[in-house]
Amino acid sequence: MSLDAAAVQQRIEAKFPGKITSAELEVTDPFLVIDNAAIVEVGTFLRDEPELAFDMLHCHSAVDYLELKEPEKARIEVVLHLTSLKHRHWIVLKVMLPRDNPKTPTLENIWPTANWHEREAYDLFGIEFEGHSDLRRIFLPEDWAGHPLRKDWEWPDEWHGIAVKPDEKFSQRAMEGENIGVGPFD
Amino acid sequence: MSSQTQYKDLEPDEAYAFKPEDLEPDEMILNMGPQHPSTHGVLRIELKTDGEIVKDAQPHIGYLHRNFEKHAENIDYQGVIPFTDRMDYVGSMNNSLTYAVAVEKLMEIEVNERVQSIRVITSELQRIASHLLALGTYGMDIGAFTPFLHSFREREKILDLFEWLCGARLLYNYNWIGGLSHDLPNQWTDRAKIFLDQFEPVIDELDNLLSYNKIFTKRTADVGIIPPERAVGYALTGPNLRGSGIKWDIRKEDPYCGYEKYEFDVPVGQGRYGPIGSCWDRYYVRVEEMRQSVRITRQAIEQMPAEGDVRETVPKRVKPKPGEAYGRTEAPRGELGFYVVSDGGLIPYRVKGRSPCFVAMSIFREIAKGEMIADMIAIIGSLDIVLGEIDR
Amino acid sequence: MGLKRPDLETKISNLLSPLVVAGAGGALVLIALVPQLAALIREQLQANLSPTAAAVAASAIGVGATVFLVGQLPVFLIWFERKVAAHIQDRLGPMRVGWHGVLQSFADGIKLVFKEDIIVNGADRFLFKLAPFLVLMGAFSAFAVLPWHTGLVVSDLNIGLLYVVAITSLGSIGLLMAGWASNNKYALYGGMRSAAQMVSYEIPTAIVILSVVVQVGSLNLQDVISAQLGGFGNFANWHIFRLYGLNVIGFVLFFICGLAETNRSPFDIPEAESELVAGFHTEYSGIRFGLFFLAEYGAMFFVAGLTVVLYLGGWSGPFFEGPLVFFIKTLALVFVQMWLRWTLPRLRVDQLMALCWKYVIPFAFLVLLVAALASAGAS
Repeated sequence: MSLDAAAVQQRIEAKFPGKITSAELEVTDPFLVIDNAAIVEVGTFLRDEPELAFDMLHCHSAVDYLELKEPEKARIEVVLHLTSLKHRHWIVLKVMLPRDNPKTPTLENIWPTANWHEREAYDLFGIEFEGHSDLRRIFLPEDWAGHPLRKDWEWPDEWHGIAVKPDEKFSQRAMEGENIGVGPFD
Repeated sequence: MSSQTQYKDLEPDEAYAFKPEDLEPDEMILNMGPQHPSTHGVLRIELKTDGEIVKDAQPHIGYLHRNFEKHAENIDYQGVIPFTDRMDYVGSMNNSLTYAVAVEKLMEIEVNERVQSIRVITSELQRIASHLLALGTYGMDIGAFTPFLHSFREREKILDLFEWLCGARLLYNYNWIGGLSHDLPNQWTDRAKIFLDQFEPVIDELDNLLSYNKIFTKRTADVGIIPPERAVGYALTGPNLRGSGIKWDIRKEDPYCGYEKYEFDVPVGQGRYGPIGSCWDRYYVRVEEMRQSVRITRQAIEQMPAEGDVRETVPKRVKPKPGEAYGRTEAPRGELGFYVVSDGGLIPYRVKGRSPCFVAMSIFREIAKGEMIADMIAIIGSLDIVLGEIDR
Repeated sequence: MGLKRPDLETKISNLLSPLVVAGAGGALVLIALVPQLAALIREQLQANLSPTAAAVAASAIGVGATVFLVGQLPVFLIWFERKVAAHIQDRLGPMRVGWHGVLQSFADGIKLVFKEDIIVNGADRFLFKLAPFLVLMGAFSAFAVLPWHTGLVVSDLNIGLLYVVAITSLGSIGLLMAGWASNNKYALYGGMRSAAQMVSYEIPTAIVILSVVVQVGSLNLQDVISAQLGGFGNFANWHIFRLYGLNVIGFVLFFICGLAETNRSPFDIPEAESELVAGFHTEYSGIRFGLFFLAEYGAMFFVAGLTVVLYLGGWSGPFFEGPLVFFIKTLALVFVQMWLRWTLPRLRVDQLMALCWKYVIPFAFLVLLVAALASAGAS
């Protein structure tokens, strides 16, 4: 029997009261925001509870919200897309982390696939996953500086003598209304 | 974040996960790749071997990393499509389709039926082409050279069709947000039908050439076994998951592009020559999927409405309202997903590509332990990885 | 586009390819006429020289002719293999250099000679240089006892088959040497694999050869052929039809062992290009690599020739006999080897060993046992 996001929220609330800090159920992909400290318990519960049985973590992303206008809302979100193969339902969980020194417990003991996804998030966002068995950079060289998907990351001029900095930011040109790239408009 | 830090130069052995001083007597570190004939690209695998037995295997990826996601944050929504083509460069149609589906979900665009049918046709043909490549190179990995050329001969015909369709043979930029770049040329569907008619017997031919060969089954049927619960835990998708006997196909479970209209089966691994979830099962699921793809393509060509503007719903200005959406499709290699976050601007705030190959590669270490060196090749080939998608 | 004036290469190849085709045809005629030619030469030598000098001169000419033939064979076989592979794979193969690419092997040979000869750092230079020659020697010395016709053999050894078994083992030392000296882990794996494989498969090879020796009662290859002469249509006495059909098993076993000894697919694990990059010759380039190549094709031809001698009556045939018959039969077996290579996948190293120790050796012993009992009963 598949459950919708509200039902899932209800079940988590019943088991762990107050651990869902907020929820958004009216959007395309409804999501629940889980307290960072409780994510391992909630994850284990979601996987093991027969009615929920979210056995597949099919996508694991991180998003950096710089929020220059409202600095108090600046955060890094870890977004977990969970699917249950048994009940054929899915849910999105989010964990909010502070931008400086983000830390969250690892989920690799619940869903083994998190191992590489967390390494990716560590590599590109600098999120530290506590208790991770092998937290190394996965894509970038070991001696790369910074975490490029952070919104305030700046291009280094060079890496071991290789020029890596682009001349002009495409985004700025796009913002000014210039037609860049291969769009559908001739 | 300060960016202008000094780079330290690495010691040579820092590139190794296994240290020489930790080795037992008789053990040896063997570096497979990044330049190796059978790693399907620039994949490097560090093997700790004892004679022919592999004690441990550590894949190193990232040699093809371009940070597609950073590119996507610097370019407008349509401009991302060519970058998605370059992720899984042997399944470009499916990549751009997935991205288009994700952004359409974000903007709540419903494309018309003709666009949906054409998308189904192209993505199923692309699936056949991709599986042909996978099966041909898999035969070559095991040592049979001939099936490779026979399957490439058939793949050429699909690429010719695509070239006629959009001018490119590998990176199409064909699926646009809200539509397609061109309508089908005149008589294209007739030619596609001719291809399907002559291709269907060829599947049996390829099958007889390789699938039931005694040496081939011996080499693959007892190797690289992924039990179903591990497959789910590692979030394998596509033929890799179905090879472990789990019936899970996004086209059935979360239909897009009107897949619910078509009749087709979802083949799963049967364990005909050994335990379920072996390399042979994954291989054979792909063979069966080609048959199903032919079926779907036939139906889609039959049911395609004759009239319809393929650019009818293409938005003049792609500017979604703030929000986020996760669009997913069944790509040849499994569930391909794009998680798109919009802040209401002209360029995406964040695009995350969920690549099936990245996930498939993460299980490699677990299934590689205890097998032999020759089996490494068999396992990599059966996972059907494309490095462009792993490294993104 | 107007017609382009043919460039120098085209001119040369246009000039050379009829020559090569004519040469190949001439060679076949020559092979057919070798007995007469040899008899003529021998007559002339005996008439003009003292008996000792005549014998020395005759064997010198024989050695020279064999070396020439054996040296040219791989060139032809490489082109033949590429054509066979191409047609199995639904393509054309070499078509540019000469008529249907007949000059391709010569062009490749020239390229290999002119390529840089690289010896990697840290290689054992002496062994690295020695290895290809050893492999080549092992493959080509064996031709010394291969009979082409009555009296037409470089060295009519009494212990010919023993010599064959001994001299072909030299190749495995060469391969191991190449693997070790390259200072490359892939090469080392290739060398170790080839050593293990060849040592294992030499046992059934020797046993199967022994089963023929038991039936014939001689180690001399000419005697083996003489024992197969006569009978219905001059082919009913071939060994393959004898011993209650059990020799068919012997023939198949010997063919399998031959494939394994020459590292041909499906037993090409020492150079398994998808696993070990190129196996023992990973680090070789230029003409040293070319020597390995020559040795492989020489060994292929030799193994096929030995199979023909042991089981298919050597140079005897139903309609006519002579070197040409032997050549055609051998070439047919070589074709089967190529056919298998381009059809079958490769075995894994443990499966290869299992095949040898669990299946090939017991059956080889069975054939030997029956052969021994049969010949004991006959005498």
